[in-house]
This record gives sequence, structure tokens and C-alpha cells, in this order.
Amino acid sequence: MRVAEAWRVALDALRANRLRSVLTMLGVVIGVAAVVALVGIGTGTKGQIEQQVEGLGSNLLLVVPGRLEAGSAPAASTMTIDDVEAVARVVGDRDRVAATIASGETLRAGSRSAFASMQGVLENTPTVFVRKLDRGSYLTRTDVTTGRRVAVLGAGTATALFGDRDPIGRQITIGGVRFRVIGTFERLGQSLGVDRDSEVHVPVTAAQRLLGTDRIDGLAIRAPDRERINQLSTAVVDTLTERHPDSDFSAVTQEQILGVLGDILGVLTGVLAAIAGISLLVGGVGVSNIMLVSVRERTKEIGLRKAVGARPRDIGVQFLLEAVLLTTIGGVLGMALGVTAALLVDALSPVPAAITWWSLALAFGVSAIVGIIFGVVPAQRAGRLDPVVALRTE
Amino acid sequence: MTAAIVATGISRTYDLDGVSVPALRGVSLTIEPGDYLAIVGTSGSGKSTLMHLLGGLDRPTGGTLLIGGRDVAGLTPGEMAKLRNETIGFVFQSFHLLARTTARDNVALPLVYRGIGRRERRARATEMLDRVGLSHRVDHRPNQMSGGEQQRVAIARALVTDPSVLLADEPTGNLDSATGQSVLALLESLNAEGVAVVLVTHDREVAARAHRQIVMKDGVIVPDPSSAAVAQ
Ligand SMILES: Nc1ncnc2c1ncn2[C@@H]1O[C@H](COP(=O)(O)OP(=O)(O)OP(=O)(O)O)[C@@H](O)[C@H]1O
Ligand SMILES: [Mg+2]
Repeated sequence: MRVAEAWRVALDALRANRLRSVLTMLGVVIGVAAVVALVGIGTGTKGQIEQQVEGLGSNLLLVVPGRLEAGSAPAASTMTIDDVEAVARVVGDRDRVAATIASGETLRAGSRSAFASMQGVLENTPTVFVRKLDRGSYLTRTDVTTGRRVAVLGAGTATALFGDRDPIGRQITIGGVRFRVIGTFERLGQSLGVDRDSEVHVPVTAAQRLLGTDRIDGLAIRAPDRERINQLSTAVVDTLTERHPDSDFSAVTQEQILGVLGDILGVLTGVLAAIAGISLLVGGVGVSNIMLVSVRERTKEIGLRKAVGARPRDIGVQFLLEAVLLTTIGGVLGMALGVTAALLVDALSPVPAAITWWSLALAFGVSAIVGIIFGVVPAQRAGRLDPVVALRTE
Repeated sequence: MTAAIVATGISRTYDLDGVSVPALRGVSLTIEPGDYLAIVGTSGSGKSTLMHLLGGLDRPTGGTLLIGGRDVAGLTPGEMAKLRNETIGFVFQSFHLLARTTARDNVALPLVYRGIGRRERRARATEMLDRVGLSHRVDHRPNQMSGGEQQRVAIARALVTDPSVLLADEPTGNLDSATGQSVLALLESLNAEGVAVVLVTHDREVAARAHRQIVMKDGVIVPDPSSAAVAQ
């Protein structure tokens, strides 16, 4: 009964000062909305990256020159095609070892041109990294050994150069050198705002000739099974170090990449959420402030209620409920706003967002707790008011 | 029957920035069930202070005070609230009704803190309003009623818990004399039904209608009313 009355009175008090209640809530609304939207965007981005790294296929091992340590500069590669053969012998299967040399190049077809990442690769790339063709065929072993000038276009590059026309069999130039298009990839979409379809695969030998080098940038190995991946990683690095005693090599697994990316995004999301949390805190201070004003305004009412039998606790609960009501209503509005913002970002920008139930539950819980924390001091003050002093207040 | 309120040498000293202000200096008083007592005295003589103590809104700084047989010195603020709710009804000079709240809900307020359900609260409040002659003002809010009507609502509120003592501090102070008379008549009819009434007033004629009168001066009860009149 007493609690029901407290609810009624609290709601009534909020309604009596509608504008003030709304303005006070605004702080909490913005804080909660920011938390929900930012956590949503963080979660969505993390999910997308994980999906993309996993999309590379499982049991993948990437080998790059230099040390993968914080603060170490990226090293120039000393690896050549011969190293690929040596590593292939360690792995025991030539089809499981892919090599890459990459360079940004301008592509032209007739009057059209496009900038794309040129990847000099072996014929086994689509099996090591899972890549599907849309049209035509991929590079062959012979293409690679003979350094034939043939190219497989990313979906974006194909559209940029040929529009709706079929590019298969047509001529393009890469860095001024003529190539013939033999295939196109299926569309991949974007990742963190980067177009992943602006690329062209050519035989590694042709790319090396174009770039005037015999180096390759790195290797990728698809391990036969998960158990052997660490052992393989050590063996490959050892082999390469033996062949190039003056260089360092590093091998990273998909899990490691995922772990590092996850950590970075986790920290980023955490920092954003903390900033949003501060605005929630500021909202809470606003609630505290208004509650103190409310207690002062209603001092006489408190005195009267006490005179007719309200205990300090009854008064305290009434004001605490009022504060909690302010913040939880604000919290619900904030959640709605945050979800809307996240969905809009997801729909209208390349940044993905995913709303998780736990973030909503957390936001609601936090707004209720903010109400309790920032309502407790005004509520105690109201509960402890001396009834005589309260009744005499003008 | 036992006395409703027994005050023995009670005093109340306020602390005003380190200076102690004695508002009440040793007052002994017994309120019996069914009493009709008037308290008169000059402004600042301690009448309201005494009323607050008698009603358990405040605690004496000296002496002993029994309300409903219980010594208030040992009670927590929560227990004091319960005691007020069960034994005392207050009527104030300035009505103290909740704004934006109907007459019925104002009257029902003390029952909220007694833990009585809404339905019964409303029924008893309506009954009380009927008893003070306001059955046609049940859904009116304070700003839709005259001063006399508001004070009747306040009296109904004081009575709704069936208290043994009604403490009225200048209940007619904000009313014109005709309205004041009708409020007084209401209090007297309630007294006739057995509720003890303690009335603070500046009006000698009003005081004269009570069964007993005490005169306050400088925080003490003046022994004999006639000698007090001489002293003034
Ligand atoms: N909270 C307080 N702090 C300090 N002094 C107070 C306080 N309340 C009352 N007093 C003092 O106590 C004395 C008695 O006050 P009280 O209100 O009881 O007088 P009263 O007889 O009711 O006067 P009135 O007829 O004007 O209502 C006064 O001198 C007043 O100034
Ligand atoms: Mg007074």
C-alpha cells in the first residue's frame, strides 16, 4: 500500500513538472543512447571483422618478414619464389602454400581507368584463401611459370573498367603493360569502409617483371589440420631463417590476428562506452540536483505527510522512486534512441552495428542504478527532515 | 481511562547558532480523553512549541512526555510517526492540504501510512467528508474550495484515523469570523462525541467556550488566568 502510494506520488510529481522532468531525463537519455549506439557499433564492427578473417578459411598461417612486435618497423622482404618451394617441401604440399607480391597500380581499359591493388600470386590462391570466381577462369600453373600477362579482376575493378560488358578476353593495361582478362571474382563488399573488390590478380612472375624485382611480400599456408599449425609455424620460420640468416620472419595464425583485432576493438569500444558513461554520470548529477530542488519545493508537503504518520523511510522511498523513475524512463527513451541511431548508422553508412540484448539490459540496469545512487542523498535528506521545521517552511 | 497525554515539567530549548533559546520552560499538563482545552497567550509565548510536543512532532529537551501511555524519549522517528498516526490528529492554521489532490485523497492520506487499501481509504475518507458536511466537495481540489471548506477537509483528515486527541493550532486564524464560528462548532460537536480537543487561540471568547483554559507566557503556564490578565 505504502509503496503503491509512493509510486503514485512519484509519477504525479514528475507529471506536475513535465518540462523539468523531461529536461532532467535528457542527460540520462543522451548518456544511455550513446552507450547503446557505441556498443552496438563496436559489436557490429568486431563481428564483421571476425567474419571476414574467418572467411579467409580456417587453419591459415601467414608468414611475413620482420618481427611482429609493438614498435618494430615493417621490414623489407628478402623472400623469393625459391623460398616458396622450400616452404612447400616443409609443408609437404605445394598447393597449400600461396605467395603474394602486392602493389597499387592504375588499370586502364580503353578510355576508362581504375586504381586497384595488384596481387602477384600463384595459381593456388583461390584454394588457400577461399575465393570464388564470378566469370571465366583463374590463373593456371603454366600462366605462373611462363609469366603470362593474364589478369583476374575484382568485382569492383571489373565494373569500373567495363561497366556491364563482359570483360573476359578483353585487353587492359596495368601500370602501362598490357594484360588480358581471363576471369572475375565474386563480390566481397566492404570492410571498415575499404572496398575489397578493387583488386587484380596476375601471375607472380608477371608482377615481379612489372615491378622489376624478384622478391615476394609474404606467404600464406593452409595447414592440413589445426593441431599441426603451431609446429608448422615454427618449422617454416626456421627454414626461412636458415635460408636468410640476416632476416627475421614471423608467422601468425588467424586466431592471433583475430585476438589482436578483438583486443584493439574491445579497447576502442570500452573507451567509447566509458566516454558515453561519463555523460550518463553527468545526467545522474542532473537528476540529483533536480531531486534536491524537488525536496526543497515540497518541504511543506513532507512535513504534512510526517505529521499524519509518514515514517522517514516512507518519505525516503517516495523520493528515491521519483529519482529512479526519472532515470529509468530516461533509460528506456535512451535505449530507443540508441537503437535507432545504431540501426541508422548500419543502414546508411558502411559501419556495421549489432544490437545485443545484454547491452540493452545493461543500459537499463545502469540507468536504474544511476537513479538509486543519485537519488539516495536527496531521499535521505527528505526522510530526515524535521517535521516541525518542514511545516514552518514558507 | 488513562490520560491521553501526560506532560511533566517539559521544556524545549532551541539552539540558534550556539545561543540557546528556551521556548518552553517546564510545562506540566494532562490531557484526558474527551477534554476540551484552550491555550491562550501572547505571540512567542510557546503555544505552538507546546502543541508540537503534545502531538509528538517534536521531542522535549527536558521533562517527561507520555503520549498514549508511551514515553516519547525512547522512541525512534519511525515509532513517533506511528504514534502520531494512531493517536493524534493535527489541524493547522494554514490548512496544509496537498495541492493538486482531491479533498477525498487529502482526507485519506493518513490511512496510506497506516497501510490501509485504496478502496477502504476512499470509503472512509468519503464518510469523514460527509461528517464535516462536505459530501458535495469530495472531488474538489484545495484551490477549488473556500478557506472554511479547506479547513473542514483538514479536520476530516485529522479525524479519519479515529485519534484520541485533536490538536488545533489557531484553526480559525485564517478564516473570517462567521466561517471561524462554524469550524469551531464542528470541533465542539466532535468533542461532544468523545474526541479530546486542544485549541490554541488568540480569541478570549473562543477560549472561554472550552472546558479548561491555560494561559502561556514566556514558555510557562501562568498559574491563574485572571492574574495573567492583570499581568498584561
Ligand atoms: N526553530 C526555532 N529555532 C529557534 N527559536 C524558535 C524556533 N521555533 C520557535 N522558536 C522560538 O520559540 C518561541 C516560541 O515560539 P512559538 O511558535 O511556540 O510561539 P507561539 O506562542 O506559537 O507564537 P504565535 O502566537 O505567534 O504563534 C519564540 O520565541 C520563537 O522565536
Ligand atoms: Mg504559534
